[in-house]
Amino acid sequence: MKLILSSVVNGCRLGKLTEVGRNGTKTIDFPGCLLYTRTGSAPHLTHDTLHLIEKVPEPVQLTLPTLAEHHEVLEAYKEGIGKFIGMPDSLLYCSLHDAASPCPSGYNTNKTVSVWGGGGRIELTVSKFMEIQQAFKPDWYQCMADGELLPPGTSRKRAKKSVDRTLAFLDGCLEMHKKSEVLKNTEIIGVVEGGDVLEERLRSVRETIKRPVGGFLLDGFHGDDVPNDFKLSLLSSVTAELPEEKPRMIHGIGKPDEVLECVTRGVDLFEGFFPYKMTEQGRALSFNFKYKMDPETEVLEKTSNGDNEVGSKGVPSEVNETPFTIDLKREKFRADFSPLVEDCQCYCCKNHTRAYIYHLLVTNELLAGVLLMIHNLQHYFGFFQSIRDALRDNKMQQLKELITKQKS
Amino acid sequence: MAAPLSLQLVAECRVTKARLCRLRLPHHTVLTPVFMPVGTQGTLKGITAGQLEALDCQICLGNTYHLGNRPGPELITKAKGLHGFMNWKRALLTDSGGFQMVSLVELSEVTEEGVRFCSPYDGKETLLSPEKSIHIQNALGSDIMMQLDDVVSSTISGSRVEEAMYRSIRWLDRCIAANRNLEKQNLFAIIQGGLNAELRRVCLTEMIKRDVPGFAIGGLSGGEEKDDFWKMVTLSTDFLPREKPRYLMGVGYATDLVVCVALGCDMFDCVFPTRTARFGSALVPWGSLQLKNKQYAKDFQPIDTECNCPTCQRYTRAYLHTLYKSDTAALHHITIHNIAYQLHLMSAIRDSIEEQRFPLFIQSFMRRMYGSAEHYPGWAVEALATVNVRLE
Repeated sequence: MKLILSSVVNGCRLGKLTEVGRNGTKTIDFPGCLLYTRTGSAPHLTHDTLHLIEKVPEPVQLTLPTLAEHHEVLEAYKEGIGKFIGMPDSLLYCSLHDAASPCPSGYNTNKTVSVWGGGGRIELTVSKFMEIQQAFKPDWYQCMADGELLPPGTSRKRAKKSVDRTLAFLDGCLEMHKKSEVLKNTEIIGVVEGGDVLEERLRSVRETIKRPVGGFLLDGFHGDDVPNDFKLSLLSSVTAELPEEKPRMIHGIGKPDEVLECVTRGVDLFEGFFPYKMTEQGRALSFNFKYKMDPETEVLEKTSNGDNEVGSKGVPSEVNETPFTIDLKREKFRADFSPLVEDCQCYCCKNHTRAYIYHLLVTNELLAGVLLMIHNLQHYFGFFQSIRDALRDNKMQQLKELITKQKS
Repeated sequence: MAAPLSLQLVAECRVTKARLCRLRLPHHTVLTPVFMPVGTQGTLKGITAGQLEALDCQICLGNTYHLGNRPGPELITKAKGLHGFMNWKRALLTDSGGFQMVSLVELSEVTEEGVRFCSPYDGKETLLSPEKSIHIQNALGSDIMMQLDDVVSSTISGSRVEEAMYRSIRWLDRCIAANRNLEKQNLFAIIQGGLNAELRRVCLTEMIKRDVPGFAIGGLSGGEEKDDFWKMVTLSTDFLPREKPRYLMGVGYATDLVVCVALGCDMFDCVFPTRTARFGSALVPWGSLQLKNKQYAKDFQPIDTECNCPTCQRYTRAYLHTLYKSDTAALHHITIHNIAYQLHLMSAIRDSIEEQRFPLFIQSFMRRMYGSAEHYPGWAVEALATVNVRLE
């Protein structure tokens, strides 16, 4: 795997990873996001509906909680998870947790980490975790880690413990990884922990970079309890320590404004759970990321985008819990025959109306999830393309202003 | 005025009553015998219009009762009919809303005027009259509309059945008079008369006089004995004019389809293939697979190795078993397979009729489905014998 950095501007990294994956044939553009899956499937989508979406990112995120209980099946299957889930040629990254269903804390120990699947809690030891990875045979996997969200005011001792445990897990995993024939071409992603204690964060990163990991996962930056500025400066301190030539991922960050903040602090790859979460709420992503717009179209856009719930008037609506989206369950869309987003080129917007999606939602029809998922994914992938374009064109500031304007 | 429909007989089986026809409808030309998947609320259970077209579905159903409630005829009219609302380019058939009388019987009262429903959505009492049903179906703009009929359970007998039959004839006249879109929409009559051959004959005679563009055989598939069922079907097709389409309502099990094609029916609909898919059951030429069952957890074959559907091309029984518990995509995979199964069955039937080998097709279909003759259902053996097919 090679990392080619095209530019670093104001902390933002633009580039690509080449020769990625077991066969060394894939390329990943960054900043970018992953294709989020549950039990190996993009939620609601079949192979055919997924392929209606443009710019689907190369890396697919497998979420361990949705798969761990099927470990035995994969062991019996022998051919690896890619073929099992019907994505034999995809680049697969297996994450320890599922950002769309956070798990309860308080179960991790010095020897084990727990994840929650459909059948309840699954307690993983290093050897069990590695058996699973060997049965799955992903291209990348997140190392086992003590990644519980630590509430503010957590003792320094607990933060220290999370770092110690995570490093011990990493050493344990690496030892087994090295001996494994099937994981020969698989990369292990080291996890940086340490809660909101700067010294522990730095210790975590400094120790992790000494080990032969393929990239870094910046974990635990997504809680709502800690003030954003503090977290972001913590994030800057961590990324400053990281080697330039390896990719940096972050978990739990999905909102457009937060994504941009993290990009500015040197993060390369994000999870793709945000479009799924919005789909489950009957919402369509509707934010504007066309920073290139000429002034004339911008005026038009402002008037036509009047129903974006944040509103371009800058008046945050009181009921709006989720900016950047529209809630298709609202009565006002009952007879609205426009597409979810004007000019959107996705299958849903080219073929269906808001009124139809509203109808599917109020009648609890399964197609609602399918069509919203198609739109939301294409919109989100388009947003990441727009980030890369903005970095290339030196227009990140314009994009940031545009996104900030739409945040409540 | 000539109906916006034409039926061209392409081939007739020389042994049975089966026929292969080209049915020209305003939005699409449909080859019959055809199975029509049911898209109750303007959507076929999680499947996009594009996927349905890719499976080569030629015609599907919408339900007037449901669509009349939500989103309602005014909105559908604004959306350029049901075709525009759901963005389906091919043919559509809508029922009359009458069948819900049986399925939601506690909510309804039937008088000469129509059916009085309590809406399960807002509790308001509404009257579904023949005029109202046609008004809604005119708004939906379906290629084929069904008359409102007085549906009684196929398991009851006596004067209520007779009353319902005669009322259905009167309601047919009211529906014909109410139709405001003669140029683009066909209205089918529905033969009633329960399991009483005499009543069926009366109904057939009267309805055939009306010169409607097509006929449905109604009031069956409601839990009656199969022995009674097939006799009513064959009696009806004996009476019906050769040059008009015959639609057998509510039939969708593979064996029933094969037998009733042999008895001369052209069109079928049923929620079974899509509903059973959502319960994890996949249709195969030898029955069905309950993919939820543990026996499939490590079964790494596709549902059916001989099936060409997108699901069988990519996924194993084990993966579908795994996914079933966690994501709706599993339901979509199985639904697609089941629709593909039904449509493939019908196209194989059509090919065999065209090549004058339908009787042979029946023999191999039955052998595959039931293994050996002692497992063949008696009613099917008997019914097929009446059309000169002796199962080996």
